[in-house]
Amino acid sequence: MNTVGIGLCGSYLPIFRLDRGTVAEIWGRASMGGERTVANNDEDSATMAVEASVNCLQDSGRQEIEGLFFATTSPVYREKLNAALVATALDLKREITTADFSHSLRAGTGALKAALDSVKSGSMKQVLVAAADCRNGYPRSDQEQAFGDGAAAILVSQDHVLATFEGSYSICNEMYDVWRNPDDTFVRTWEGRFILGEGYANHMVEAVSGILNKLGLKTKDITRAILPAPDARTHRRLIQRLGFDAKTQVQDPLLSNIGHTGAAHPLLMLVGALEESSPGDILLLANYADGVDAMVFKVTEEIEKKRDERRLKEYLSQKLMLTSYARFLSYKGLVETAPGEPFRLFPSATVTWRDRNSIMRCHGSRCLNCGTLSFPIQRICNNCHAKDSYEEIRISGLEGAVFTFTLDNLAGRSDDPVVVQTIADLGEEKVRFYSMMTDCIPSEAKIGMPVGLTFRRIYEGSGMHNYFWKLRPLHTGGNK
Amino acid sequence: MGSIKDEVAIIGMGCSKFGERWDAGTEDLAIEAAYEAFEDAGVEKQDIEACYHAQVMASVIGVGGTTVADALKLRDIPILRNENWCASGHIALIEACMAVASGAFDLVLAIGVEKLKDTGYPGLGTGRGMHPVYEARRTSPGSFGLIAQRYFETYGLSIEQGKETLAKIEVKNHDNGSLCPKAHFHNRITVEQVLKAPIVAWPLGLFDCCGNSDGAACAIVTTAAKARDFRSDSVYLKGFGIATDSMLPHFRPGFSWTSFDSLVKSSHKAYEMAGIKNPREELDVAEVHDCFSITELLIYEDFGFSPRGSAREDVDAGFFTREGGLPVNIDGGLKCFGHPIGASGLRMTYEVYKQLQGKADLPERQIKNPRLGLAHTFGGPPQISAVAILGSEKG
Repeated sequence: MNTVGIGLCGSYLPIFRLDRGTVAEIWGRASMGGERTVANNDEDSATMAVEASVNCLQDSGRQEIEGLFFATTSPVYREKLNAALVATALDLKREITTADFSHSLRAGTGALKAALDSVKSGSMKQVLVAAADCRNGYPRSDQEQAFGDGAAAILVSQDHVLATFEGSYSICNEMYDVWRNPDDTFVRTWEGRFILGEGYANHMVEAVSGILNKLGLKTKDITRAILPAPDARTHRRLIQRLGFDAKTQVQDPLLSNIGHTGAAHPLLMLVGALEESSPGDILLLANYADGVDAMVFKVTEEIEKKRDERRLKEYLSQKLMLTSYARFLSYKGLVETAPGEPFRLFPSATVTWRDRNSIMRCHGSRCLNCGTLSFPIQRICNNCHAKDSYEEIRISGLEGAVFTFTLDNLAGRSDDPVVVQTIADLGEEKVRFYSMMTDCIPSEAKIGMPVGLTFRRIYEGSGMHNYFWKLRPLHTGGNK
Repeated sequence: MGSIKDEVAIIGMGCSKFGERWDAGTEDLAIEAAYEAFEDAGVEKQDIEACYHAQVMASVIGVGGTTVADALKLRDIPILRNENWCASGHIALIEACMAVASGAFDLVLAIGVEKLKDTGYPGLGTGRGMHPVYEARRTSPGSFGLIAQRYFETYGLSIEQGKETLAKIEVKNHDNGSLCPKAHFHNRITVEQVLKAPIVAWPLGLFDCCGNSDGAACAIVTTAAKARDFRSDSVYLKGFGIATDSMLPHFRPGFSWTSFDSLVKSSHKAYEMAGIKNPREELDVAEVHDCFSITELLIYEDFGFSPRGSAREDVDAGFFTREGGLPVNIDGGLKCFGHPIGASGLRMTYEVYKQLQGKADLPERQIKNPRLGLAHTFGGPPQISAVAILGSEKG
């Protein structure tokens, strides 16, 4: 039997945080304490999946990846392959299997299980699983405070895995506890005692027992129990009921400082656990939603070689606080922004398609005659004017410095009135890039500031989301 | 490149009142400018053999010159419209001059007209109609703010020094515009007011930006040989230059953002045709494209009015004021007229034409004995530059 497991992993948290006290104060109710992540107004499940995946892959080859599974309950499009968008922005090769896993908080673990099975069967050599979510709770509801936005990515492969897949156990259960209808903006729930007791807790206990029995493991054999939970109290109670030592055996559920990140959450916790693991550790992951997916992984010696530079705790430490509940509502798309029509161009499906290698894959052209690197792709070289003699180079991973910028007060959205239009020179060859700067405090922009690139939504129109790459201060990210 | 120096003359010009012309449509503006020109030249509308028309915005795509045809009942002649961003007006004039110089026509109308205040927008987005992704949320002030920031950095100006230099340019232009009846704005301003104004696109504030307005202007041209049949004080075309550059220089490796090739090339071509060696010394008056204060500063250097990096010293010395060595934008420029895109080039030419004739509308605005003047517009994001040099005497 082939070894199969986790080859690389990555995470992503948006830069913005909302203090739960801010929400509590608005509604005159108790704060859950701590803060939650909030996707910027140019982010969505697809862009966050790209971020986590770039963080996962770093400089490793993309050519070996034969599949991309994208998991979310908040897809950008209801009909249209969201995974294709993510795969293209990641500059994966075109000959790959792409699939969306959706409609459930088990989408992430379902995608991971499918990826493990695909690689194990020999159907594909490497499959990238990217999970991202940004769900909405009703204003004033517990979920409004409890949810967070985030993403995780896991590369499933056969060789040099940092954790081997030991086995899985799943159960299916149909009940109305947490759900959303096709046109619902917010998550619906039934009475708390019913959904947490009859739904969540009972099924988690059943599944954890089931996988331990199946693999001949005892509770004490588990180094880390990764048990996503809707709230901290439910998590504590479950740990107690399962008999895990809360101090030593339990992975941080990330609820106090991130919030529940939906379909991404189990994978985000798994990535958090992997980043803190040692060879020989046994990780148990169990994830509930209309049943449970449970999996066990065993950490290998490889973990020591693959300590990533950009880790979950760095994302946790890099943050900007959202200044108001109003901005939260606006960033979540729950209140309309003034459209700024004069500066919105008509979207074009054909232009976006034709220029996809520049716009989506972030390819520039390197002249085969004189070597000049230009963005976007130029058929006639900017320097020597050679015609149609170039190779395409991915430049999304380059870093550089701001050459000039302006803070434009006319071009922005009503919730973000200042647009930081920026020109930067990227990489040693100083390829010139012009775009908006995001995830920054506009007044801190300056010439010479170190910047990298991030895949973002730039505006909406005709029901299309237009994506492009934006510059971002390196201290708040950077693709590396 | 060949030369048509002194082959063509302007024998009449007209210019509407510029501003928020809620009272006037495109047709009204065209009529206001054209009938002043017909009277000035002493010609009848039916004498016009061809029309070169500049208008960037139109309610219907592909409408061509029919807006002018309808307004003026200018029928059965070619009306050739050009859209070259802010340089359209100058390009219409240059096209008209070339048509006359070729011998194809003897009497040609060049007209620029634009009605921006009907759009409902307070400003222009340069990105409209261009690449839907690369141009997203790009505005005119934003494009020029990028230039100012880089200029300050390159020449080691602090933000305070840079902004003060730009403020002095606007104080000068407002001072000039306060005397110009056809201008949109007539208020005098102080450096302090400019510095305290709200920021539009950092570091450019409200007074660093020209306004949106409506207007029309036109010129009637004929051959230099026939000009004397119409009037004794015709104005002659000495030289012209047009240069077009990339719409997206932002992406060009190494682009400096402190100088634009199209500005340098268009002015040098015009100087060469006009036989000008030292524009700083030889020109008596200039109307240049001051869509933003930084644009005017940049042009001083790209046009050779000031040595590179030292335009600030000339601004401080008052070199470009009405009393200075080379008065620039003595009608208040785009800053006081606003910038109805297609009309501006001909409006600026109108000022030079009147100055060269010694017929500025108020005596206190009249420069003493000017012989050679330059009019210029710089368009797009910004990459199209057109220069026309006019003289009061045939060489």
